[in-house]
Amino acid sequence: MTPELESAYRGRKLAARVAPAASGAAVVLALLPLFAVFAYVASHGARALSLTFFTEPVGVRGAGMANAIFGTIELVVLASAMGIPLGIAAGLYLAEYASTPLARAVRFSADVLAGVPSILVGVVVYAVVVVRMKQFSALAGAAALAVVMLPLVTRTTDELARAVPDSLREAALALGAPRWRTALFVVLRTAAPGIRSGCLLAVARVSGETAPLLFTAYNNRFFNESLLDPTSTLQVQIFTYTMTPNDDWHAQAWAAALVLVTLVIVLNVLARRLVAEEESG
Amino acid sequence: MNDSVDRLRARGARVEAVEASAKMSAAELSAWFGDKQALRSITLPLIERKVTAIIGPSGCGKSTFIRCLNRMHEVVAGARATGDVLLDGKSVYGADVDPVRVRRRVGMVFQKPNPFPTMSVRDNVLAGLRLSGIDPPDTDALVEEVLGQAALWDEVKDALDRPGGALSGGQQQRLCIARCLALEPEVVLMDEPCSSLDPIATAKIEELIHDLRDRYTIVVVTHSMQQAARVSDYTAFFYLGELVEYDHADVIFTKPSDPRTEDYITGRFG
Ligand SMILES: Nc1ncnc2c1ncn2[C@@H]1O[C@H](COP(=O)(O)OP(=O)(O)OP(=O)(O)O)[C@@H](O)[C@H]1O
Ligand SMILES: [Mg+2]
Repeated sequence: MTPELESAYRGRKLAARVAPAASGAAVVLALLPLFAVFAYVASHGARALSLTFFTEPVGVRGAGMANAIFGTIELVVLASAMGIPLGIAAGLYLAEYASTPLARAVRFSADVLAGVPSILVGVVVYAVVVVRMKQFSALAGAAALAVVMLPLVTRTTDELARAVPDSLREAALALGAPRWRTALFVVLRTAAPGIRSGCLLAVARVSGETAPLLFTAYNNRFFNESLLDPTSTLQVQIFTYTMTPNDDWHAQAWAAALVLVTLVIVLNVLARRLVAEEESG
Repeated sequence: MNDSVDRLRARGARVEAVEASAKMSAAELSAWFGDKQALRSITLPLIERKVTAIIGPSGCGKSTFIRCLNRMHEVVAGARATGDVLLDGKSVYGADVDPVRVRRRVGMVFQKPNPFPTMSVRDNVLAGLRLSGIDPPDTDALVEEVLGQAALWDEVKDALDRPGGALSGGQQQRLCIARCLALEPEVVLMDEPCSSLDPIATAKIEELIHDLRDRYTIVVVTHSMQQAARVSDYTAFFYLGELVEYDHADVIFTKPSDPRTEDYITGRFG
């Protein structure tokens, strides 16, 4: 080996040892805040957790948060049922008919919507739905969350549908498939695993949203009896309790935070497992 | 009906009753991508139940030509075509003709195998029907039949539920041929079907083309002179978007009349 080669080789060997160590350190650094948050919430929240926390609503003596837990799940499920199909349809339309004026309008509004602070979404839904129906309701809250989800789902779907190779579209068209069937049964199906994880991220994102719910689902000390009643959620209940000077309620808020974080993590893990299972066949 | 055929007649070539036996024909077909003209007034018959090979240097318009035959050309943004293409004597570009119907009668196999990767082998075979909204009654029999026609059945009969993307390249291409045959097309267009395949897979596909000619009218684009000579009954030589020469394959490969054809088939082309 020439001396130059020798030194270049030594340099590379050094780099090969330093690089993994550096990236490992970066991973630790990135995970640190996550674990710190979780550990802090867990240590404060665990103390106030009890069986009644999960079985009794806020409004009962010795209270729990069963109604808020139920409300959070209820709103996320409802919001997903509204936001995901609409978002996927819009994203697919964007990808497949990109040059039409309608597509340009949809893309523009998705971009704007993605940039709107979520509290404004709450205000708008308040004006459009709550004022008109003359009450706060689970439906209004879910609608607000759906609006927050919509641009996320739309853009993910758009991007992933675009990544589907044109050769597959051509294969379908050459088999005599109409454009819309090609979009639904070839493009959407091929992009489905990615779209599924994108949707789950959107779900995880809105399951912690508080601002859009303040003037829409509002709050409720008991279980909501119908979708047209005001509805409690963990996040709004945390907000309400922390605004009080009551130590018991602070402890309850920590416990609620722990449940919420756990819920989001469980959702993520379940989702990922689902996707992995799907992909492995 | 057409120049090149008239020229052939004038030379006393042995093209028999071409008009009567053409399943499809292009008449003064020109095609553009935006401002760029890719085909210049092509007039060419495709004889029923025969194999027509299209040869010519890269970029001469071979793919564009066959894509005009099943109206796939217009799928490309900014692409358009003038002139006409007849299928059983009727224009496929008529105002009342749905391109979807044309494509079901005129099937296409692409240069790069493009099975649907997330669908199983079985679903790939049935994809054409399902995408047209048809649920065939006896799917198992159909799958076996067309995979058999595509000389793939023995290799995949135990793997029908594996994803189409998990086959080898040659198997994927035969799967694409099976997928095309499942629609019972009348014409099959193949754009360099062997270009990504090894010699063994190529031989299988050539054999397959040979077997299919009894039932289908076949057009094969190829870069391989040997392949064109082996599989085709008629051969058309394209150059710079024009049809230079069309004749029986043996005539093209033994005594072509245009010096450009001769240069190309003898490999003297710059
Ligand atoms: N999508 C497109 N946009 C613009 N020009 C195109 C497009 N596709 C093809 N062309 C042009 O049209 C001409 C004919 O292309 P075509 O693909 O038909 O050639 P070909 O004979 O099939 O070549 P090859 O043997 O390399 O496949 C070429 O000059 C090419 O540059
Ligand atoms: Mg080509």
